[in-house]
Amino acid sequence: MQMPKPDASILARKARIVERLRKVLPADAVIDDEAETRAYECDALTAYRCPPLAVVLPSTTEEVSKVLRVCWEEGVPVVPRGSGTSLAGGALPTADSVILGVARMNEVLETDYDNRFIRVQTGRTNLSVTGAVEEHDFFYAPDPSSQLACAIAGNIAMNSGGAHCLKYGVTTNNLLGVTMVQMDGTVVEIGGAHLDSGGLDLLGVICGSEGQLGVVTEATLRILRKPEGARPVLMGFDSNEVAGACVSDIIKAGVLPVAIEFMDRPCIEATEAFAKAGYPMCEALLIVEVEGSPAEIDEQLGLILQIARRHNPVELREAKDADEAGRIWLGRKSAFGAMGQINDYMCLDGTIPVSELPYVLKRIGEMSKEYGLDVANVFHAGDGNMHPLILFDANKPGDLERCEALGADILRLCVEVGGCLTGEHGVGIEKRDLMVDQYAPADLEAQMAVKDVFDPKWLLNPAKVFPLAASESRRSIALAAE
Amino acid sequence: MKMKPETEAELAEIIAGASGPFHIRGGGTRSIGKPVTGAVLETGGLSGITLYEPGALTVVVKAGSPLAEVEAALEAEGQRLPFEPMDYRGLLGTSGTPTVGGVVAANVSGPRRVQAGACRDFMLGVRFVDGTGQIVKNGGRVMKNVTGYDLVKLMTGSWGTLGVLTEVSLKVLPKPDSAACILIDSLSVANAVGAMSKALASPFEVTGAAHVPVGLDGHPVTMLRIEGFAGSVDYRAGQLAALFSDHAVRVEHDAAKVAEGWAWVRDVAPMQGTAGDVWRISCKPSDAPALADRLDADKLLFDWGGGLIWALLPEGTDARARLGALGGHATLVRGSDASRAALPVFQPEPAPLAALTAGIRARFDPRGVLNPGLMDA
Repeated sequence: MQMPKPDASILARKARIVERLRKVLPADAVIDDEAETRAYECDALTAYRCPPLAVVLPSTTEEVSKVLRVCWEEGVPVVPRGSGTSLAGGALPTADSVILGVARMNEVLETDYDNRFIRVQTGRTNLSVTGAVEEHDFFYAPDPSSQLACAIAGNIAMNSGGAHCLKYGVTTNNLLGVTMVQMDGTVVEIGGAHLDSGGLDLLGVICGSEGQLGVVTEATLRILRKPEGARPVLMGFDSNEVAGACVSDIIKAGVLPVAIEFMDRPCIEATEAFAKAGYPMCEALLIVEVEGSPAEIDEQLGLILQIARRHNPVELREAKDADEAGRIWLGRKSAFGAMGQINDYMCLDGTIPVSELPYVLKRIGEMSKEYGLDVANVFHAGDGNMHPLILFDANKPGDLERCEALGADILRLCVEVGGCLTGEHGVGIEKRDLMVDQYAPADLEAQMAVKDVFDPKWLLNPAKVFPLAASESRRSIALAAE
Repeated sequence: MKMKPETEAELAEIIAGASGPFHIRGGGTRSIGKPVTGAVLETGGLSGITLYEPGALTVVVKAGSPLAEVEAALEAEGQRLPFEPMDYRGLLGTSGTPTVGGVVAANVSGPRRVQAGACRDFMLGVRFVDGTGQIVKNGGRVMKNVTGYDLVKLMTGSWGTLGVLTEVSLKVLPKPDSAACILIDSLSVANAVGAMSKALASPFEVTGAAHVPVGLDGHPVTMLRIEGFAGSVDYRAGQLAALFSDHAVRVEHDAAKVAEGWAWVRDVAPMQGTAGDVWRISCKPSDAPALADRLDADKLLFDWGGGLIWALLPEGTDARARLGALGGHATLVRGSDASRAALPVFQPEPAPLAALTAGIRARFDPRGVLNPGLMDA
């Protein structure tokens, strides 16, 4: 993965830039010591690292505005960072960039149960948003698996999803408004406690723009009342095809589960060895969860089990109590940890039309053999968001490259069958160069035109999302380096 | 001159060769916005369902397709467009056939928006021709997609000013077999908004919350809708009725009557065939009573738990001036040519947002040929 050459003129001006940043921020909010900036050299895509020029940790929208104004005047690229949990390299710095971390901005600004929203500073973690409202039995719906650590800022940047979005949607469906600072320091308010105000849907395009249009410092989020209860059921099948058909039949029957999770045999075996959840050894396993009152749950699960039985399951397990429900989720929730025990892994998140599931799993199996790398599959089946985990050994020369090549082939397959490169992790640097497989030049041009409007100098997270060749003429950093 | 291309390529050619502005027209049922002068460019020739996978909850449709045709296809599989698009014909006195592209271009939603989301929330992908004649696609036909910027949202509700939609992909949902409506009589606006907030903050999944100050029998009525499997609907209707046991509460279980009542709210029936301008105000629900006071309207209808106010005002009244600093986002949905010439149709944006909007429009339609001025202040 290539990154643009750092701009020598910026590196040469480091002292002046840091001094100017110190003038607008408290002393402890600017980090330029190389031993300390190293802590920000990567996000959760740890294969790529580069310490930034400096790190700033502002506490208010006003401070963010001042910092961006300085960087704008100095022509310094800025890489916004939430909690640094991006799997796509969304927060990877370049040597000539300033990391703007929002971690200190984690206050709850307003909770309003009558109007069902919460307003927070965006450094707040996803789970602690729910934490702030759960004493009133409310919750914030999007639940990415990193929710304990990941920040709302990153959720907005990547339009994060989670296991329950079949029913509740992803971040963009739960984001009502933002306070955003533009690269030149201008502070704008978009949306708020009201819905659909007319005018162009700027909020819609900001969500998922990977920190390239502005720095979102405050967010108004929709909160929902918790359902009375939830209960999962576990089903085992002797082929991926049958499990896929079962998912489709459940959806066609008019039931809308909150989650339908799918694990294939390699994944079941790994998690069973690790977490000992007592899963049946079979080709494919589904966890289907429904919500409501006990009677409503019975009604929905009755229908779901009836459909499942038509597909000759090797196992059907209904949770009788919270303990059993916990055991059903245990294996799924430890799937990534289990893989980490076996080897290094790379987690993809291409999305496919649900109908293509059996074909795609078969092809992934074949490709895995061709490349000589094991692939385990665990994913959100209801919405087709795959998470193939490619196992490799980072210490073995050439393994990472082979793993990346296999990953790219799998993602191209997702696009081929009518899906996309990324369902919830974002493009970052990881899938940047594959964008040409999904989009024609004119499609990319239209997206880059939006960035031209929000960030004419292309200083915000500039080397991400678009293939470097496509964005080259626009990146001032590239121009200056020439 | 009228143009009605049959293919996307033909449409692209027409726009590329433009010698003047176009007035883009789907079914011509939503005559909203500043009056546009230009050659009429019709999208009705781009019609048909490209793909429908009930098991994947997705449908891909050419933009000029009649909405009714798509809704019928979904109905046959027991599914529906969850955002419940309103039919503007009654309110605006238009005729014609609403198209899917029109629904998307205007981001048209209905009462279920408060729970399920708006049209924009169910949009998965678009194909469109921009103002230079370039064909562009964004998004796709899968439910989760964060590959690049979400131009799908940007195009939804852009009223044809950024590009002419040629094809859209939508997420659909199962149509529940049962529905019921809780009716609470004689509440003041303030108490009705309070009751609706209480219902929407309950775990009983209310899919519609409206207040009609003057109902069919002349008295105020507050409506709460629940939908789902029969057993679940009965259960939740009971729970909700119990929540409001200190009021006069009725429960309507007849599905046809429930549907009729909500279509009446959705299509703003009380203001159909009236004289005057109709405004649509989006607000924080708890602000609704105060805003309604200030509006001093001839008729009012509250939807989305109070978050949407429909107001009938005498022709030429500036609703925004009446609302004052308390705000709300007001759109002049039905106004005479004089009203629409004198007043901004869409809520004027603060300067930095107006600059972003203008910048985007200049990039997507540099010659200003697509519905020019329609959304201008």
